[in-house]
Amino acid sequence: MQEIKREVLVAKASELLGNGTVDRVIGWKNGEFDYDVTPAVFTSAEELEKEFVWNDFCGANFSKYLIKETGKSEGKVMVFLKPCDTYSFNQLLTEHRFDREKVYVVGVPCNGMLDDSKVRACSEGIASVSEENGKVAVETLYDGKLTFERNDMLAERCINCKSKKHTAYDELLGEDGEVLDSARFDEVEKLEKMTPDERFAFWQNELSRCIRCNACRNICPACSCEKCVFDNPDSGVENKAVADSFEEKMFHIIRAFHVAGRCTDCGECSRVCPQNIPLHLLNRKFIKDINEFYGEYQAGAEAGSRAPIVDYTTEDIEPSEAVERGGDNA
Amino acid sequence: MRKISLDKLNLLFSEIASKNSLYMPVDTEAGAKFEKYNGTQTLSDAVNTVRSAKDFFFPQTENLVDFKVEGKNIEIIEPVNEYEDFVVFGVRACDVKSFEILDRVFLAEPVDTFYKNRREHGIIISMACNKPSETCFCGTFGIDASSPAGDIVCYKTDDALYLEAKTEKGSALLDSLNGVTEDSDSEAARAQQEVIKERLAKLPLSGLSAEAFGADKTKEFFDAPEWNTLSESCLGCGTCTFVCPTCQCYDIKDFNTGREVKRFRCWDSCMYSDFTKMAHGNPRLSQLERFRQRFMHKLVYYPTNNEGIFGCVGCGRCMAKCPINMNIVKVMKKLGGNK
Repeated sequence: MQEIKREVLVAKASELLGNGTVDRVIGWKNGEFDYDVTPAVFTSAEELEKEFVWNDFCGANFSKYLIKETGKSEGKVMVFLKPCDTYSFNQLLTEHRFDREKVYVVGVPCNGMLDDSKVRACSEGIASVSEENGKVAVETLYDGKLTFERNDMLAERCINCKSKKHTAYDELLGEDGEVLDSARFDEVEKLEKMTPDERFAFWQNELSRCIRCNACRNICPACSCEKCVFDNPDSGVENKAVADSFEEKMFHIIRAFHVAGRCTDCGECSRVCPQNIPLHLLNRKFIKDINEFYGEYQAGAEAGSRAPIVDYTTEDIEPSEAVERGGDNA
Repeated sequence: MRKISLDKLNLLFSEIASKNSLYMPVDTEAGAKFEKYNGTQTLSDAVNTVRSAKDFFFPQTENLVDFKVEGKNIEIIEPVNEYEDFVVFGVRACDVKSFEILDRVFLAEPVDTFYKNRREHGIIISMACNKPSETCFCGTFGIDASSPAGDIVCYKTDDALYLEAKTEKGSALLDSLNGVTEDSDSEAARAQQEVIKERLAKLPLSGLSAEAFGADKTKEFFDAPEWNTLSESCLGCGTCTFVCPTCQCYDIKDFNTGREVKRFRCWDSCMYSDFTKMAHGNPRLSQLERFRQRFMHKLVYYPTNNEGIFGCVGCGRCMAKCPINMNIVKVMKKLGGNK
């Protein structure tokens, strides 16, 4: 369950629309079921009252939508951002992807979001999903009511939440949290401990499921190129499907390199992957390496910061050391 | 009707696999998928595989021809495309229906010989859906999940699997399995079908109607203002098209390996910015136009060209997989007046 109630968000958005601070609001819209929430633009209090939703399935990060939305008109757009979303927001500002003056950020505290694919995987035929005494209660079509521990249904990125602190906002609903000491690099360490062959086999297996739908790229706040090289028929690497067995790996590896130092670890790539590929682990490896080679750095912690890998200093680690440091795991 | 007890299913699979390649849905950490039977897997009870069964006839990537250039000579190498019969077990009613929709595209003149070849060699063993999901709406398109089409149809009860041949191909295969199956009346299978029918009637989307859509309705819907809000958060990814059992668009590309040129075809998506790109560019410049294309194709254009048959089978995969949870059900409710 979320700490702040839906009514508070609706009232805030309606107030800002009503007093002319903003002329539209990016929020979550209800769907057919309790879990199929869609990002949407609201322009009136009536719409908000009828269709706005704030529940445990509001995982979508709206930061990237601001590029498109701020370009649509002169007026201001209000956006609800959860703590992790604000890191993407700052990173996009750092990259000058939209005009800060055209956005009004309302920060919302987040208790972690549920992974609808986890809920669906253990319930056949979902009639409703609700919260009961801190647990997730699923009313099913065939097996009555099932209850699950909330932690077991949380999205991976929320289990390993890195921060409950908003790094940007114009206004905050509720209390702000702290940067957390998360265990998010544990999985990366497991991969590092593998032999190169084991690690290759791991990624081979995971990436072999890729269907090149590009959902990971299109949702990624760090992937905001006007024209992606993989969409450009003249680039020589454009491909809609795999032509050989290395192709899908190349796509993901190049993408991981391209967002390195800019990826805030928002986890949207893994959330949207229809094949459940743990894509965030590629990016987390880069984040961990940057932390270890250049000192702690969190992309999006503040707007305008320079990532160590684009900020040369004479103290920088030599490439040979960086590679050597990995030893057998390099 | 034939019957085999559930604890002997592996005998059935081994018997089929001893003569033909057998594919069936198995559970994996990433959801159910069709795998080639190797004697160790267990049949998945999932309603849907993540990827649809269209892969068997219309694979995501397919080599069409190779060219080898040496001096002034061009050698044209045609890939070997003689297939042996293969069996796909456990195909759901929606996916079986999707083959009919693909047939109307690929088997119409000019016939797609690659598709035809696979289709002729494929034997479909379908499976009635004991526990249809909340995202299922095959009934909207006249499909009965308690009574799928296919060469052989299976009904699963608590203790046995009942098999009924529906075509000549199916009869021949079923006869060849007499060593592991036993003769049975159809009582238990029919009772199971009744249970399924009751469940289908109670599904949350059971009342969804496609009546508002169909042949020759282009003008009615093309300029509808609702497309704006429906498409506003679409990411332009290809998830819906790639998990869809009826999406059939493809692109043909040449890939230079350095030694030869491989001409292959691969699935394409109307959601993509370079879909049907021509000399002048992409005919659909905005995501709204691309989004509209997909749903108009399923609900209006396909029926217009195919005697009113819809291009959707209600499998619900797009509902389950769309990153932003926009899908054909929401489109139909919004545009069709929530019928």
